[in-house]
Amino acid sequence: MYRYDEFDAGFVRERVALFRDQVQRRIDGSLTEDEFKPLRLKNGVYLQLHAYMLRVAIPYGTLSSVQLRQLALIGERYDRGYGHLTTRQNIQFNWPKLRDVPDILDLLADVEMHCIQTSGNCIRNVTADHFAGVAADEWIDPRPVCELIRQWSTAHPEFSYLPRKFKIAVTGASHDRAVVKAHDIGLRIVRHPDTGAHGFEVSVGGGLGRTPMIGKVIRDFLPQEELLAYLEAVMRVYNLEGRRDNKYKARIKILVHETGTEALKARIEHEFAQLDGPSINADPEELARIAAYFAPPHYEELPAVSARLEAAKSANPVFADWIDTNGFAHKVAGYRAITISLKGIGEIPGDITSAQMRQVADLADRYSLSEIRVSHNQNLILPNVKNDDLFALWQGLVEAGLATANVGLITDIIACPGLDYCALATARSIPIAQAIAKRFADPARQREIGPLNLNISGCINACGHHHVGQIGILGLEKRGQESYQITLGGDPTEQAAIGEIVGPGLTAEAVPDAIERLVEVYLEARQVGETFIDTFRRIGIGPFKLAFQHNLEGADHVA
Amino acid sequence: MLLDRTGRKPDLWTRGQPDDHAPVLVAWEEWNTQARLGNDPDRLGVEIPNTLAIEDLRPVLSQVGLVAIRFGAFSDGRGLSQARLIRRAGFTGVLRAVGPLIPDEFGFALQCGFDEVELPESSAHRQSEDEWLRSLAAYSHTYQQGYRSRTSILAQRRLARLSKGQSHA
Ligand code: HEM
Ligand code: SF4
Repeated sequence: MYRYDEFDAGFVRERVALFRDQVQRRIDGSLTEDEFKPLRLKNGVYLQLHAYMLRVAIPYGTLSSVQLRQLALIGERYDRGYGHLTTRQNIQFNWPKLRDVPDILDLLADVEMHCIQTSGNCIRNVTADHFAGVAADEWIDPRPVCELIRQWSTAHPEFSYLPRKFKIAVTGASHDRAVVKAHDIGLRIVRHPDTGAHGFEVSVGGGLGRTPMIGKVIRDFLPQEELLAYLEAVMRVYNLEGRRDNKYKARIKILVHETGTEALKARIEHEFAQLDGPSINADPEELARIAAYFAPPHYEELPAVSARLEAAKSANPVFADWIDTNGFAHKVAGYRAITISLKGIGEIPGDITSAQMRQVADLADRYSLSEIRVSHNQNLILPNVKNDDLFALWQGLVEAGLATANVGLITDIIACPGLDYCALATARSIPIAQAIAKRFADPARQREIGPLNLNISGCINACGHHHVGQIGILGLEKRGQESYQITLGGDPTEQAAIGEIVGPGLTAEAVPDAIERLVEVYLEARQVGETFIDTFRRIGIGPFKLAFQHNLEGADHVA
Repeated sequence: MLLDRTGRKPDLWTRGQPDDHAPVLVAWEEWNTQARLGNDPDRLGVEIPNTLAIEDLRPVLSQVGLVAIRFGAFSDGRGLSQARLIRRAGFTGVLRAVGPLIPDEFGFALQCGFDEVELPESSAHRQSEDEWLRSLAAYSHTYQQGYRSRTSILAQRRLARLSKGQSHA
């Protein structure tokens, strides 16, 4: 894991002191509320429906057990004993008092964490594949580059007052688990076809929200050493030319759309050509310095097959199902990465209690080299578990109430806070997630349905990534009534796609039935080996629409 | 209130059309190339909107001693990028940010190439000179390279590596 040097540590402390000073200046009136608002947002402090909310960055999703224990403490002392994981590798705490925020920031700084740029019109927390460094299909760990970008984007003198927020994600694996195509800039680490050198495929203009768009590739190969200068060129063009007249048209995706990909690419390349790379780019030794912190831990040499694991699996089918569902192939033989589902049936997606955080931290110390990851699916991951230890780990998780075996299945729902917490919400999303999870609670049925991601947002801002849900649910408001719009066929991966609307909006009560009908269409039509999205791609939306319509005739819908 | 990195200073410039006395700041909208050529650059400035493409300003840069950029709002960062481009074009005169900036972006503005900030009364009566100067001390070091600042963190790490390398040799 990355460790702060004296500069990083000093910087974060100074940032806390600055925030303390900003709060003071707001209180004494030298800053107006309008002036203070972007300053607090750039430090992760939102004003929500009932109170403030604090969003803490978990850069590229990597946490140590020490950090997780500190988050547990903060949840206990300042939230109501909870933390809430988001879809961008952040954790949120509700209910902190504004005057307590500087103290929370100090607690975070004690464990090398912060809230810097987790909100506001600036470059946000950089995210990565949550299996970075351990995935069998990865060829380069993206986290050193993420850390470099984190540092470069922190308190950037030129790019801290952008037209709108700006999100960057990086992956170094063949399968995209970081949703890079839905980011303002998505970076895929690639190998040059001729020289084999490392570089990036760069996309820009992805984003969800009210105008969902898939990022467009503007560079097939950017040499690794030139990254910061290239980012500077993109950011400068966006800062100067991005729209500021309408906040809904201010993201770079709109600039790409209105300017045209080729024309914008030419502008960026023109700017890039004028930059003096060496004065901007990090020298290779700096990246090497960072990369050294992410060197693989000491793994034992183990056989690929563990007799102990196999014996435990055959003796305990519930455990076996959990391993098959929540386990993930590790690049080192004898190890596995385990996803801890925070989607227990009937619970709030992404919520974790302080007690559970401590239990997970203890289990990480015992079984995962003290490391934890957070995923954009609002789950936790123990990345380095020996096959031999899996049964003991599972028992520990059962005790903590964290052994739900549903990762990647229909009840592993991504949901935003919706009307329960969010000031912008037009509908509830948590209760919808809970109702659907209850409907599909039977584990055997979930496995029968197979991989299926279902995402719910409580308004058009799309924090729950409904556009890229294979089943997406968007809660709207029509004439004072909640109305849920269902989309199908979204895809967050390297085959990124935006879902299509299947029919008119439904009442909250009608949603679980409708989802059930849609799933039945797939089960009836699927061929051997097909998942939901495979079947959808083969048969198209037509049969789903038909069934949806039929179902409607018997149900309430919001006309 | 006019401020630079050392504090409040008197404003010697007036806005309007050139006459024989004070240095004058001409609005871009009223700029007339022919009329300016004979003037002394030290006494002529231009004030531009933050929407102007710096390419269009290029021919004027050698004729003026001051470029002022109007910030419509403190949260509108276009002026920061314009300042960078103006410096890259080789302008060595005074760069002024005009508008309701806040102390928290003073350091950023200086790093991007500005020399001074001209605040409207509505901000100046709330924000003291002391707050503006204090904000410059917020960070001892910053990460970015290529901006005007004390040595960046990356550069200092490089220096540390080099001196370590030398002591080994
Ligand atoms: C509770 C307070 C929250 C507020 C007020 C809020 C507000 C917003 C707004 C206004 C946008 C749209 C921005 C735009 O399109 O330019 C947005 C996007 C987003 N939010 Fe939230 N959000 C909140 C919580 C969350 C949570 C809990 C998550 C994670 C589950 C989340 C994840 C995201 C993501 C990933 C996007 C990006 C979608 C995109 O690419 O456009 N937000 N949020
Ligand atoms: S999608 Fe809407 S309701 Fe949900 S968290 Fe975002 S802003 Fe709030």
